[in-house]
Amino acid sequence: MKVTVDEDKCCGAGTCVLVAPDVFDQRDEDGIVMLLDEAPAADQHDAVREAASVCPAAAILVAEA
Amino acid sequence: MSLPASVLVVGASAGGLSTTEALRRKGFDGRITLLGGERHLPYDRPPLSKQVLSGAWEPDRAQLRPEPVLQALDAEFVLGDPAAGLDAASRTVRTASGRLLEADAIVIATGVRARTLPGQGELAGVHTVRTLDDAVALRAELAASRRLVVVGDGVLGAEVAATGRGLGLDVTLAGPQSVPMESQFGPWAGGLLGEFHAEHGVGLRLGTGVSGLVAESGRVSGVRLETGQELPADVVVVAIGGVPATDWLAGSGLTCENGVVCDDRCRAADGIWAVGDVARWHHRGLDAPLRLENRTNATQQGLAVASNILGADAPYSPVPYFWTDQYDAKVMVHGVVPAGAEAEVVDGDVASRRFVALFRSHGVARGVLGWNMPKQTRLHRREVADVLTPATV
Repeated sequence: MKVTVDEDKCCGAGTCVLVAPDVFDQRDEDGIVMLLDEAPAADQHDAVREAASVCPAAAILVAEA
Repeated sequence: MSLPASVLVVGASAGGLSTTEALRRKGFDGRITLLGGERHLPYDRPPLSKQVLSGAWEPDRAQLRPEPVLQALDAEFVLGDPAAGLDAASRTVRTASGRLLEADAIVIATGVRARTLPGQGELAGVHTVRTLDDAVALRAELAASRRLVVVGDGVLGAEVAATGRGLGLDVTLAGPQSVPMESQFGPWAGGLLGEFHAEHGVGLRLGTGVSGLVAESGRVSGVRLETGQELPADVVVVAIGGVPATDWLAGSGLTCENGVVCDDRCRAADGIWAVGDVARWHHRGLDAPLRLENRTNATQQGLAVASNILGADAPYSPVPYFWTDQYDAKVMVHGVVPAGAEAEVVDGDVASRRFVALFRSHGVARGVLGWNMPKQTRLHRREVADVLTPATV
């Protein structure tokens, strides 16, 4: 799995952090997404797919290997 | 009811797409059909009043998913054909073109339509902003206009006013509340927003209703307020809220009162569910029926309904959340700001327009509002989540 984020689309809701806190965080200054792990381990995949789906700005793209 | 072999999602926007994605993610391998009234593939609506309207984004950029991602869902998209009727007993939807679509489970995600002013449809120069086509049409007209009047002091009206100023237009915002977004932000934070707009040069004509549109030769020339004052305009945006798109459900047997009425599982009838702006379901944490017109709810409710279609049988009791972008401000609310709530600034500094405020009613935390502090705002979300999401899941 390869994860990419679009900082320009990110709205700073933090939904991804609520769903997958080991993979996503937010910048302190403006809340924009920080990708902590662009190739997360298998035990994170379900959470990452859910984070991508529920992102209210469609800013997370998941490419399945 | 046994697990369905097929699902028909009526509405191909954020809520319908989220439901579809969640069904697949949870292993549903039956037939899924998405029926959309518009011709476009699913697109995102929040950018319509901002990036698309300003021209910062080409309209294509608002598409919710790249085509390969949509194809991987293995769902059939039937687009440009609005739903025209539902037979609840046989779970059959009839479309405007005469198609009959039947499924074991039906998800109603038809959203809302923009409310309009009387006579608006016959006049050139008056716009609503609900669809991608609306935003593209308005963008073209703003480029050729000097004076914009926005009717409506809610989220959409305030965002359009900000975008209009960004484009260099002379902007007036009119609405009945005493401050913009008062019903979402309360009087204190709404007051800060009003000051912010005034500093950016927006003329605020608040606290009075609009009595009608003024026209010359079939084109709008202004807006008349209930005070009798007339606001001259080259173009008018009407942002006075939405009406749940339930007219197609007349005669279906479903209860539609300010939305499709659902139980706490978001179920309207056996095998029929509702998601997003159109759904009015019983929120257990608030112990009241609730209909939320916001982007985050559309996806979260889609996820909840997908789980319930697959047998989870769980109530949907989310912490409401919305955000708005105006000028350089990103303002967000987790929970709600009830009338009469007391605000306490718990982080940052109001004067520098970077703060988090907690709203309490009768001593109970009900909402957290953040202004340009998204992460810190989220960190206070727990305080309202404990109240709104009792141990019901």
